[in-house]
Amino acid sequence: MDFQALVSCFSSASCVVTQTTGGLISGMLLFLVAAGLSLIFGTLKVTNFMHGSLYMLGAYFAYTLYNLTGSYTIAVVGAALGVGLFALIFERFFMSRVYNADVLMQLLVCYGFILILDDAVKIIWGPEFLSMGMPAAFKRPPILLAGGVLPVFYLFLIAITLAVAGALAFVLTKTRAGKIVRAAAINPTMTSALGINTALVFGGVFALGGLLAGLAGALAVPVRSMVAGMGFSILIESFIVTVIGGMGSVAGALVGALLIGLVRSFGTIGFPLFTEGIMFLFMTAVLIAKPSGLFGKDR
Amino acid sequence: MSEKPTPLRKRRGFIKAAGALTAASGLGFPFISRAEDKPIRVGVPTILSGRVAQLGISSTNAIQVEVDKFNAAGGLNGRKIEIIKRDSKGKPDEAANNARQLVNSDGCEIIINAESSAGAFAVQEVIRELKVLCIHTCSETSALSADPKIRVPTAFRACRQGIHDAIVSAAYAGNVAKAKGLKTWMSCSPDYAYGRDNTGLFIEYLKKFHPEVEVVGETWPKLFQADYTENITKILQVKPQALYSALWAGDLVSFIDQSAIYDLFSQTSLFAINMADYTTLTAVKSLPEGIHSATRYLKTYPASAENAAWGDGYKAKFGDYPTNWSWENALAVNFLTTALKKTNSTDGTKLADAIRGMKIKSPFGADGSITMRADDQTVIGYALGWGTTIPKEPYVPKITPGDWKSILEHEAEWKKKMGFA
Repeated sequence: MDFQALVSCFSSASCVVTQTTGGLISGMLLFLVAAGLSLIFGTLKVTNFMHGSLYMLGAYFAYTLYNLTGSYTIAVVGAALGVGLFALIFERFFMSRVYNADVLMQLLVCYGFILILDDAVKIIWGPEFLSMGMPAAFKRPPILLAGGVLPVFYLFLIAITLAVAGALAFVLTKTRAGKIVRAAAINPTMTSALGINTALVFGGVFALGGLLAGLAGALAVPVRSMVAGMGFSILIESFIVTVIGGMGSVAGALVGALLIGLVRSFGTIGFPLFTEGIMFLFMTAVLIAKPSGLFGKDR
Repeated sequence: MSEKPTPLRKRRGFIKAAGALTAASGLGFPFISRAEDKPIRVGVPTILSGRVAQLGISSTNAIQVEVDKFNAAGGLNGRKIEIIKRDSKGKPDEAANNARQLVNSDGCEIIINAESSAGAFAVQEVIRELKVLCIHTCSETSALSADPKIRVPTAFRACRQGIHDAIVSAAYAGNVAKAKGLKTWMSCSPDYAYGRDNTGLFIEYLKKFHPEVEVVGETWPKLFQADYTENITKILQVKPQALYSALWAGDLVSFIDQSAIYDLFSQTSLFAINMADYTTLTAVKSLPEGIHSATRYLKTYPASAENAAWGDGYKAKFGDYPTNWSWENALAVNFLTTALKKTNSTDGTKLADAIRGMKIKSPFGADGSITMRADDQTVIGYALGWGTTIPKEPYVPKITPGDWKSILEHEAEWKKKMGFA
């Protein structure tokens, strides 16, 4: 533990700016993955254990599209839509068949697809790690603010993610489609009795969750190397975020992801040898204080 | 008048002919018959899946290259080597189980253990019991061969060793630090046994070679961590003049890509021991100029026609340049085949006696040869140096070679200090 370094950091504007933006960055990408996970759980009541693999697919799709077109915009949009489509197919043909099955069966189906997708990535893109590199538009020096360092690409990531969070909140709370999703989440039988195709709703929500994971992978790919199996570590962190924020709550996912990002960012200054531990301690503290998570509904 | 052949007579004739041929084979060419029936099976426990699959793939590729050469040259009196590989998925218990099954069930007479350190220590204990020849090819943890309690008479190491790396790295870094006035240092290495051992030894020797150095911070990302922002921002806060890192492969690529957008390397000199390996050098899309790195595998170092030909031959066959693990595994096969020819046997003890102290010509040797040191059964004399990167081939144009005389002196002191000698 290094309390002195932590206190010194909080008394320095440059440290606070750099660590806060660093925490926001880590949190934002985590939010996109966790939001999809939480959305799927909240509506379909299933835990998508292969959500990390969708993040991985997003990264590889973006890598391929970027190399084909040279456009990062096309790469990000194409990868997100591609993973959304893949998620829809996966949900319709496989996941929908185990909605009423035991959670172990759901886990088995997801784990099977994790292995299949990892091997498919190795066959298609090779076993060695890959890196896309930074798109030309973002190859510029970082911005200095109060002595803190703000990379331009990360400011873009924060802006995109906040826009997605806003759009998601708007769709879920202010539109008819959002109301249908929420109704299907609360009582699918009654929703179906009202003439709404709940299978379509479930497929759409799963696809949206997949799209968010794919978007996160595509946004991360300029700064994160790709390799088969890369989805596993982000899946664990996403679970921590959803548990902290509350399973099924997108707002909770945002708050949970930002908190985890900030805890890690400042934790590495004050507790360099216990940064991971702090994250889990934080999760434990939240679960003791509010077992359903910060934004979860008590059952 | 000759009898007209009937189907029955035809069959009897065929059986007689077959019997005669079999008898002739048994009496006249027994050895050839046995050679065709029984190849020398060499088991390779390694990692072929998951994030470190590149280890197993580039290791077994290199093994196959050298085995093909041996087989094409006639093998051991006609007996060819057959490679049987098993995937441990990076789990030490599976590595040990695989090694046992390769010997007991698959009939392997020799093990080339292309496992990382965790798996290597597990396999070592299996070898202690089975007493077949084993050559470790990917574990750089010094204790595997340096610690007499862990050492096994029929087990050898044909790869670089942590203590050798640390001495050469610290000597180079110390000289650069003196020349450029780099006094404040920090480390950013993966938080597991290799990262901690490697970094600890480097810092220890750096302080020994250049006592004015001050270590002002450390940060320990997880192995396979995706996001290094928290580590990079911490380095930015501490503002060290130099940074040492034992990150490797995709983790190092991510760290460099993420550091670049913070412009970290304009203010801090990076000493990344695992940078100069082709897979890493080519994966970084905007490789910063001036990163200090130890050589892992480069076809230009040692600067010999044999080494260049070996690197190009590997690339022609597999499409990629070899990795650090590739040359280590090729070296193991070279020691093995030399010992097989010398002993004309696959017996573990006889092969071990032949390999112990053996010196062979090698494209990977600092002076064109590598020795399997007798007293601790590990290789010495392999090419080891440091230099700075440029973003295109040859990537590390000017290399400062490690001084093996100095390495061996400091290693001897280290062994005494550790109670290994």
